[in-house]
Amino acid sequence: MMLPQASSFAPNVDHLFDALLLLCALVVVGVFTLMIVFCVKYRHGTDAVRTPAHQHLGVELTWTLVPFFLFMGIFGWSVHLWIRMRTPPKDAQPVYVVAKQWMWKVQHPGGQREIDQLHVPVGQPIRLVMTSQDVIHSFYVPAFRVKQDVLPGRYTQLWFTATEAGTYHLFCAEFCGTDHSRMRGRVVVMAPSDYARWLHAHQGTGLAAQGADLFRQLGCSGCHDPQSGVHAPDLYDLYGRTVPLADGSQVLADERYLHDAILLPKKQVAAGYAPIMPSFEGRIGEEDVLALVAYLKTRTHAAEDTDEHR
Amino acid sequence: MSTVELPTPRSYLEEGFGLRSWLTTHDHKRIAVLYGIGITFFFFLGGLAAALIRWELVTPAGDLLSAETYNKAFTFHGVVMVWFFLIPSIPATLGNFLLPLMIGARDVAFPRLNLFSWYLYMGGGVFTLACLLLGGVDTGWTFYTPFSTMFSNSHVMMAVAGVFIVGFSSIFTGLNFIVTVHTLRAPGMTWMRLPLFVWSMYAVALVMILATPVLAMTLALIGLERLFGVGIFDPALGGDPVLFQHFFWFYSHPAVYIMILPGMGLVSELITHGARRRIFGYRFMVYAIIGIAVVGFLVWGHHMFVAGQSMYASIVFSILSFIIAVPSAIKVFNWTATLYKGDISFDAPMLYALGFVGLFMLGGLTGLFLAATALDVNLTDTYFVVAHFHYIMVGGAVMAYLGGIHYWWPKITGRMYSEAWARFAAILMFFGFNLTFFPQYILGWEGMPRRYHEYLPQFQVWNVLSSAGATILGVAYLMPLLYLAWSLRHGERAGSNPWDATGLEWQTSSPPPPHNFDETPLVTEGPYAYRR
Repeated sequence: MMLPQASSFAPNVDHLFDALLLLCALVVVGVFTLMIVFCVKYRHGTDAVRTPAHQHLGVELTWTLVPFFLFMGIFGWSVHLWIRMRTPPKDAQPVYVVAKQWMWKVQHPGGQREIDQLHVPVGQPIRLVMTSQDVIHSFYVPAFRVKQDVLPGRYTQLWFTATEAGTYHLFCAEFCGTDHSRMRGRVVVMAPSDYARWLHAHQGTGLAAQGADLFRQLGCSGCHDPQSGVHAPDLYDLYGRTVPLADGSQVLADERYLHDAILLPKKQVAAGYAPIMPSFEGRIGEEDVLALVAYLKTRTHAAEDTDEHR
Repeated sequence: MSTVELPTPRSYLEEGFGLRSWLTTHDHKRIAVLYGIGITFFFFLGGLAAALIRWELVTPAGDLLSAETYNKAFTFHGVVMVWFFLIPSIPATLGNFLLPLMIGARDVAFPRLNLFSWYLYMGGGVFTLACLLLGGVDTGWTFYTPFSTMFSNSHVMMAVAGVFIVGFSSIFTGLNFIVTVHTLRAPGMTWMRLPLFVWSMYAVALVMILATPVLAMTLALIGLERLFGVGIFDPALGGDPVLFQHFFWFYSHPAVYIMILPGMGLVSELITHGARRRIFGYRFMVYAIIGIAVVGFLVWGHHMFVAGQSMYASIVFSILSFIIAVPSAIKVFNWTATLYKGDISFDAPMLYALGFVGLFMLGGLTGLFLAATALDVNLTDTYFVVAHFHYIMVGGAVMAYLGGIHYWWPKITGRMYSEAWARFAAILMFFGFNLTFFPQYILGWEGMPRRYHEYLPQFQVWNVLSSAGATILGVAYLMPLLYLAWSLRHGERAGSNPWDATGLEWQTSSPPPPHNFDETPLVTEGPYAYRR
């Protein structure tokens, strides 16, 4: 029984695994052989030569340091791979995941929604932006060798490039209550053309457009629009900018910051503004927050000037 | 008027016979026996939960237990085995019994505190049993937030109270051992003449008093959060659920060394006796014990590589976890070298010790897979982790504990057990253990998550093997219970030193008199004074 290698990480992880396995096997075979040989040769009643013990500093240093440096090699290799696994490429396509007891809710930027399923194309780096509505879950696809805990009140991310079309198991790996073992799903990897067809067939209202509606319905526009009389931060070109905070520090306006600014507006107050915004914690779900964030990401002067300006 | 001289009792067992004489004793040996009884009870209770878990997993469908019962079974198994068996087992029984004997003392430094520790242990046990009777708890032994604080409807507070109380038992035992080793050593018993078991007890005691308060604090915070919603872990109130994991593992990783260091100490005693040879590299063995105890505090973050901790923090915790393998490796190599040119006999304690070395090695090396960040991503929270820590905890700590119980049984009870049965049980245990846990490494690498009540049919073969192994293991664990109990009445009289061993504890009668030694011993050379 072999685990399929269905992402660009899988072969690398497996090579590292095999190398460490080989090194450990050498140690095990070496020590076990010695133990068995000694146990047979020096068992009570044999006439083997037995001289009194003494210490060997050289021996102790050798058998300690040589394996140590070999294993340090494994450590270096592992760190190299780890940094790659944790650094998504710029062109990775975002897909939003909300976990809750006991299901996975997935939203694509085009508005396509799925439950306990994730469709992705072969060869395209995918970046999952994940959050949980209740307890800690963990998004785990063994065939991709990826896993990441999904936390309430915070975004975590995970990226991969699928390399083989097919259907793969998705598990929740962090114990999350009664039906933890049923919180399973599948990842469907498709050829790019099939994927395009699938996207088209499941077209919904775009996530950003949903966010734009929410932005008006929830009254965000009442304060944050340029015409508004309320002294509230301008949200144009906010995403990706560095925002100075009231406490003198700075923060990068990434997805996490936008998320927290909506739910916990008093956590990181922008410099020069009174902390008067009400919290939306408990009033809107994580999926709505995702839509708002997606919308805010489109609010750049460049985008408004070309097509969306109304 | 004539004075009547009362006869001094010959052994601590004959000092008094009623229940009252036991429940109010200040004798470290009697307290050790009291602990032994409590710990054995909890071991089999936790083992019963383990059996239910393994039998449930014989089929992929959750057909033996409901999902909720299953979750409660593995939680109960974890809570009981960690806090009521593994952590106290060796220190509270063999440690309590042997530490004063091995350093030539009449008792521990604070005999009353010692008895109080036992009452705390039993008190914590009462809460844990009450939790079970009320309906149990389903959070897993790790009590991760926010599940434990906001979402679990089971008896979290009761379970947490039990663990909180038993933690203090551990702190007081640690305190007692530290002061005992510092102040009550016999003349001539210098630090570098301490038996390695005493060294390991000393190191463990330090870890206990430094780490356990953090556990107590963390559990108290769970209580505050759950009862009053103070918002330390609740993100809606600005708290951080991952903070709990930092607190929890800051205790619970060192706790792993509380479980395994005593085993290492015991095995050093057993191997040097079995090979009738001085331990190879005594000083290195001491440094390794201290090294493990110190670095053990710095590796907790390796439980959280995929939990949302920063990439760089993970790299630091990864390298520290690789480094802690060095002292562990020194121990394995030195035990092996001790066999060289020995005069080895394979009595039951030696079989347990050799089994320990093999299983500990497999458990330790697979720890490196989990310490390597890039590999841990696939392996963490799968059965690979379950296999890894059971190799250390069950293959290591339990094998060492049983080896120690066998070795010092004649000293504790004054009786010999059936050597043939003991060897058979040791070998059966080794076989059953490997059949239970080796398949779990394969399951883990192939992606079976832990704590699953139902699983994919493709995982069934390895699960069936594992459950078969667990059944054999269960039988093997019952055997010592029977033949050791039998020996209490029918075993041969042991004599003061049936193994012809060295060490101060063998220089007094078996069982020892209430005050251990008729005359304070004078120590003139290092431990393990075997001729070879």
